Amino acid sequence: MAEKITDETIDYVSILAKLKPSPEEKIQARKDMQQMLDYIDKLNDLDTSGVEPMSHLFPLNNVFREDTVTNGDDRENMLRNAPEEKDGQYVVPITIE
Amino acid sequence: MRKTGMTATELSAAIRRGEIRVADAVKQALAEIREKDGEIHAFLTVDEEGALRKAEEIQKKIDAGELTGPLAGVPIAVKDNICTKGLRTTCASRILENFVPTYQAEAADRLEKAGMVIIGKTNMDEFAMGSTTETSAFGPTQNPAAPGHVPGGSSGGSCAAVASGMVPLALGSDTGGSIRQPSSFCGVTGMKPTYGTVSRYGLIAYGSSLDQIGPVAGNVADCAALLDVIAAYDEKDSTSMKRDRYGFSDALKKDVKGMKIGIPKEYFGDGLAKDVKDRILEAAELLKNAGAQVEECHLGLIDYAIPTYYVIACAEASSNLERFDGVKYGYRAADYEDLDDMYKKSRSEGFGPEVKRRIMLGSFVLSSGYYDAYYLKALRVKALIKEAFDRVFSEYDMILAPAAPDTAPRMGSSLEDPLKMYLSDIYTVSVNLCGLPGITIPVGKDRNGLPVGMQLIGNRCEEAKLLQAAYTCECLQKENGKEQMA
Repeated sequence: MAEKITDETIDYVSILAKLKPSPEEKIQARKDMQQMLDYIDKLNDLDTSGVEPMSHLFPLNNVFREDTVTNGDDRENMLRNAPEEKDGQYVVPITIE
Repeated sequence: MRKTGMTATELSAAIRRGEIRVADAVKQALAEIREKDGEIHAFLTVDEEGALRKAEEIQKKIDAGELTGPLAGVPIAVKDNICTKGLRTTCASRILENFVPTYQAEAADRLEKAGMVIIGKTNMDEFAMGSTTETSAFGPTQNPAAPGHVPGGSSGGSCAAVASGMVPLALGSDTGGSIRQPSSFCGVTGMKPTYGTVSRYGLIAYGSSLDQIGPVAGNVADCAALLDVIAAYDEKDSTSMKRDRYGFSDALKKDVKGMKIGIPKEYFGDGLAKDVKDRILEAAELLKNAGAQVEECHLGLIDYAIPTYYVIACAEASSNLERFDGVKYGYRAADYEDLDDMYKKSRSEGFGPEVKRRIMLGSFVLSSGYYDAYYLKALRVKALIKEAFDRVFSEYDMILAPAAPDTAPRMGSSLEDPLKMYLSDIYTVSVNLCGLPGITIPVGKDRNGLPVGMQLIGNRCEEAKLLQAAYTCECLQKENGKEQMA
């Protein structure tokens, strides 16, 4: 049987996901996640003992290069995308008192 | 002016011969968009001014003999998760509604270097998460080949733009079938290349180990020509691959003699609509009559592909989408208490339901206590699925398969039951899990006149074989159609 998803699970996962679901969204999220996990449980039919988790399909080597700057200073255009900016910097709520 | 029915390579040839001006080709695409896109809604942004300006620049280079490539001067649409410098790129999400990239994706850059003109950005499922283009925050796209039906997804806008003739070519992206399935639903040709063939630099990431940009075209030759333009090693993408051979257009030979094509019997069981099955097997018969060795084979493990895919894709998505926090770009909530609250509210208001669903699932399967049971388990099953494909490719040159269990569903019928929608990805997700190339070509229509596509899946780096078989099948279908009409 798949993991039982509780309200606490949803609260905890919301913290990890940096989301703030409404009470209705929480009920839906619990239902959706339970349904998916029950389905994903099918994977447990397969014996995978001794099988290495495969993160990369092909042998990948580290790619090294000199740490040289190749792009220009594009501050003005980048700041144009900022929700809020002041004096050429991003504005965020106070993080340190 | 581009004649109706002219392919992209024909259009470019006419431009290079001086018979058509680039600006006229662009103006025609813009006129088609004005005429048709009110109804179809394939585009999120149309860059009329930029495209006309580019057309003049490219014309000069063509006239000077500097641009001689087979797609020079051709207008193209680009999926809206591929960054275009100075041109709004939204991923069909509220959270990026006003985002204007300060840099160009490598694939988009290669289009411009080849002398192609980016006309605009196409609609998609939000962050490429969906199979119908209905999760777009800016409204759905209509299937031009089947009004009232979805175009498929997530590259629904790109496929609809090509199917309706607004543009001869488009770029899509494919994480779990997002080029191949909408190509099937819209009756166009679309290819997902081998992982690492096209640079992901500037492609807004969904599932980084699965994502790949690919061509959407009206025929196999155009598809190969566009792949030739975008496929290249790029040091800016650490998973980019140096291929031994490019030159995919060289594979356009009408010849399948001796090719071994496997039809996995598990793919043609109960879940497949009868008309879809019939059309695909008719196309398989054409290949067989032309000398290919077409036979049933055993693939195995297909019931495990979807759960494996959704665990891995959602895990990667939850990590990739952490960057949307309302600080440096994108949507920021109006009211918040502190920094953490700002992150949470901006994300909750900026992302749509399907994106949040996948971020939640992904965060769960990566969380401590569940990581081994779900995420690592999925990576282990992925290894087994790859072995299953390796076994088939040790005997066969390619796999012949459907791209979707049925033709395009009606609009509004898919989103209510997410799991049911996920299950329809059964024929496409394994290709992404295993990094393989796959192509979809149209093979006719079902009893209601909706397009049916056939998928060919190849071993790693074997695009050329797929293109050759697809091209042969396309030629045979044309000849067959003519015979039937005669």
